[in-house]
Amino acid sequence: MHEWALAESVIKSSIAAAEKENLKKITEINIRLGELQQIANDIFKFALNELVETYSDKFQDVKINIETEETELQCKQCNHTWQFKDMKNKLSADEAEAIHFIPEVAFVHTRCPKCGSPDFLIVKGRGVSVSSIKGIKE
Amino acid sequence: MEPRPSVIQTRLKDVNRVIAVASGKGGVGKSMVASNLALSLAKQGKKVGLLDLDLYGPSSHLILGFNPDGFPDEEHGIIPQEIHDIKFMSLVYFSEDKPGAFRGDDVTNIILELLAITRWDDLDYLILDLPPGIGDETLDVISYIPQTEFLVVTTPSKVAFGAVEKLLKILIEGKLPLLGVIENMTRDSSEYISKKVSKLNVSYLGYLSYDAQVEDAIGDPLKLLETNLSKDILKVSKKL
Ligand SMILES: Nc1ncnc2c1ncn2[C@@H]1O[C@H](COP(=O)(O)OP(=O)(O)OP(=O)(O)O)[C@@H](O)[C@H]1O
Ligand SMILES: [Mg+2]
Ligand SMILES: [Zn+2]
Repeated sequence: MHEWALAESVIKSSIAAAEKENLKKITEINIRLGELQQIANDIFKFALNELVETYSDKFQDVKINIETEETELQCKQCNHTWQFKDMKNKLSADEAEAIHFIPEVAFVHTRCPKCGSPDFLIVKGRGVSVSSIKGIKE
Repeated sequence: MEPRPSVIQTRLKDVNRVIAVASGKGGVGKSMVASNLALSLAKQGKKVGLLDLDLYGPSSHLILGFNPDGFPDEEHGIIPQEIHDIKFMSLVYFSEDKPGAFRGDDVTNIILELLAITRWDDLDYLILDLPPGIGDETLDVISYIPQTEFLVVTTPSKVAFGAVEKLLKILIEGKLPLLGVIENMTRDSSEYISKKVSKLNVSYLGYLSYDAQVEDAIGDPLKLLETNLSKDILKVSKKL
C-alpha cells in the first residue's frame, strides 16, 4: 500500500507546522481526502496511527479527523462541470487504480463527458491535504 | 496545507547525487544522454535510478525498451522496477502510454506525487530526464530538490545554443549546481560551443559524435552500450 507514504507526509508536515507555531504536542489533525485519489479511509487511518506511534513524543491523545471531499471537474473548453463519481464506473479497474496512484492521469484516462476535451480542471477533491492542526504550547 | 513536500528529502536521503539532464532546447538528445548515462554508470557498478520527468512525451522507456509490467510494487510507497540494474520511474506505469493534457498545476502535482511516493532507497546517482526549457518541470526540480546538479545538453547549432544559453544564465543567476555542458550530435569539430561555454565560466564536458548506429539500437540497452555514443558518454561520466 502506497498510502503509507502519503500518511507519512501528513505526519511530517504536521510536525513541521507545529514546530513553526511553537506547539509542544499535537492534539488534533484535520485531513481532507479528495475523492479522485480514492484512498480508503480505514487504510489511511491505520497508517496514520502507526506513524503517530513512531513519533509519539510529538503527539498527545491526538484526534485525527478525516473528511472526504467530492471531486468536481470543469471543462476548460465548454465549461461543463461534473463529478468524478459520475464517471468512475466507466473506467476499467486499471485506469481507476492508475488515478489512485497519480490523480492527474485522469487527464489521460478520461475526457469531458460533454465535448470530449482532455483540457479540464480539477476544481476540488484531488488528493490528500491537511486542513488544520491543533496543539498545546507548554 | 500541502503535505507532500515534507517527505521529499526523506525519500531522497540515501541518494548520493541527483543529476538533471536539461536543455533550453528540444530534441538535442537529453533523453538519449540521460538513459545512456544511467546505463553507463550502472555498468560501472554504481547504483542508479532514472526518473523520466517529460510528462507529455516520456521517452526513457522507449530508449531502454521497457514496457511496464503492471503497476510498481507497493510497500510504504512505490518501488521502481529495474531495467538493466537501473531503478526506473516514469508516468508510463500509470498512463498506459496514452496521451494526456496537463496544465502547469497538474505538472507540479504529478511531480510532487512521484517524488513523495517513490522509494529509491540507496542510490549513487538519481538521473532526471527533463523536458526542454525552463518551465514547470525544471522549476519544480529546483524548488523541491535543490541539491540537483544540472547537466546541460546542446547541439553544435547556434540556434540550439541560443536557447541553451538562457537556461545556463538562469542556473548561474540562481547559483544552482551546474556540472557543465555536453555538446551532442557533433559532426564536424568546431570550437563554437566550447568557447561560448567557457565565456560563461561553465565547464565544457566534451562532445558526443553524431552516431548513425544509435537509431537502430533504441530499445535495446545491450546494443546501446556497444555504440560509439555510449563510449563517448563513458568518457563524460568520468568527469562528473
Ligand atoms: N549522438 C547522437 N547520434 C545520433 N542520434 C542521436 C544522438 N543523440 C540523440 N540522437 C537522436 O536524436 C533524437 C532526439 O533525441 P532525444 O529524444 O534524446 O532528444 P531530447 O532532447 O530528449 O528531446 P525532447 O526535447 O523532445 O525531450 C532521437 O531520435 C535520438 O535517437
Ligand atoms: Mg527527451
Ligand atoms: Zn467540455
